[in-house]
Amino acid sequence: MNWEVATVDDVVDETARVRTIVLDVPEWPGHRAGQHLDVRLTAEDGYRAEREYSIASAPGEPVAITVERLEDGEVSPYLTQELRAGDGLELRGPIGGHFVWGPENGGPVLLVAGGSGVVPLRAMLRHRLRSGTDLPVRLLYSSRTLDDVIYREELDQASDGVAVVYTLTREQPPGWTGHARRVDPELLEEVAWPPEDDARAFVCGPTSFVETVADGLVELGYPPVRVKTERFGATGVK
Amino acid sequence: MSFISRGFRGRRRDPDADPSRVPPGQYVTEGFPVLSAGPTPHTPLDEWTFSIVNGDERKSWTWEEFRALPSETATVDVHCVTRWSKLDTIWEGVSVDTLLEEVEYDAPYVLAFCDGGYTTNLPIEDVTDGKAWVAFAYDGEPLDPEHGGPARLLVPHLYFWKSAKWVRGLELRDENEPGFWETYGYHIYGDPWREQRYSGD
Repeated sequence: MNWEVATVDDVVDETARVRTIVLDVPEWPGHRAGQHLDVRLTAEDGYRAEREYSIASAPGEPVAITVERLEDGEVSPYLTQELRAGDGLELRGPIGGHFVWGPENGGPVLLVAGGSGVVPLRAMLRHRLRSGTDLPVRLLYSSRTLDDVIYREELDQASDGVAVVYTLTREQPPGWTGHARRVDPELLEEVAWPPEDDARAFVCGPTSFVETVADGLVELGYPPVRVKTERFGATGVK
Repeated sequence: MSFISRGFRGRRRDPDADPSRVPPGQYVTEGFPVLSAGPTPHTPLDEWTFSIVNGDERKSWTWEEFRALPSETATVDVHCVTRWSKLDTIWEGVSVDTLLEEVEYDAPYVLAFCDGGYTTNLPIEDVTDGKAWVAFAYDGEPLDPEHGGPARLLVPHLYFWKSAKWVRGLELRDENEPGFWETYGYHIYGDPWREQRYSGD
């Protein structure tokens, strides 16, 4: 798979620590919702660092990635603080074919996100909207605080057939009536499609979150093959 | 002239790591990230077996039988395709050579199969002559389910997806049939030193 230099078309601040980078990729072969891409940074002395990021945009839209800044990171501070419109960014992709969804994969669909794990799931939601399918989707999205919710405006305007359920684990604004705890088996049972609906589940977030949710769904009666996971580890691999 | 990322200097976060041990595009981590495609299987040990499948023949070990086989300690560096490398990891496991001693074979490939339906393909010479183990302990402790316990394949000279978690057996094969990630565009062989991440690399 070849590297190519994309051009940054726009940067959008999603939260204080999260930025979306919209890219113009001349030779992009197209992607599926849920796939990721590789980014490679090269310093003047030739030093390089590579990371992979989930694609945030739907198939057919300009390629975008949404990056959370890790304070001890090497690549994410550059992408979220230094990179600006007009800059080049070397990348290749798309990569991955397991954690993907399109209308042809059917539904109903259960999306469960922890923190920036919402990024590939957002690509699926946008793909659903653009494709015009009425397959129903539920998104359960766990964030630390309301200010940490990525794509909040977009998710609050969710289209017919899409239900978004937030849970805020660290701090809730005054008057918050939503969930206020980490995702646990009871919360999953409340939000998830019952197993007899044969839902397709996609779970993305930190490892401990994904372990809890995936185990919980299997406990509820979801067949393991219906539960697709994407994890990022303690060191911020993604 | 290759591309330069404007304003990027890099943190060079591995000052202590011996560069000759870190393949291209990798960085050294102290953590042990977890990556897998689905829920973590939890097969009870009294239902667990390990099998070598050779055509119609099948040699199987129960957990007790498997653990009674001679085991080895392997101190190795591991390299994940998602770019983390972890140096001097300490495993205990049964050499694949020990398991293959029980069967007559001349197949050039194996397909590892696992709980959860995961598979990965390897040339036979990459799992023999002391190059691969079925590991059941990490850092002196039973292997955690998140990291592939009760047992995972350990093939440290290839990208870590080849070290299949929750492994339940090896099927000897005449053809190099792509496994799970290999059918999704990952490299058929996966040598980190040649940076064989994806098909065509």
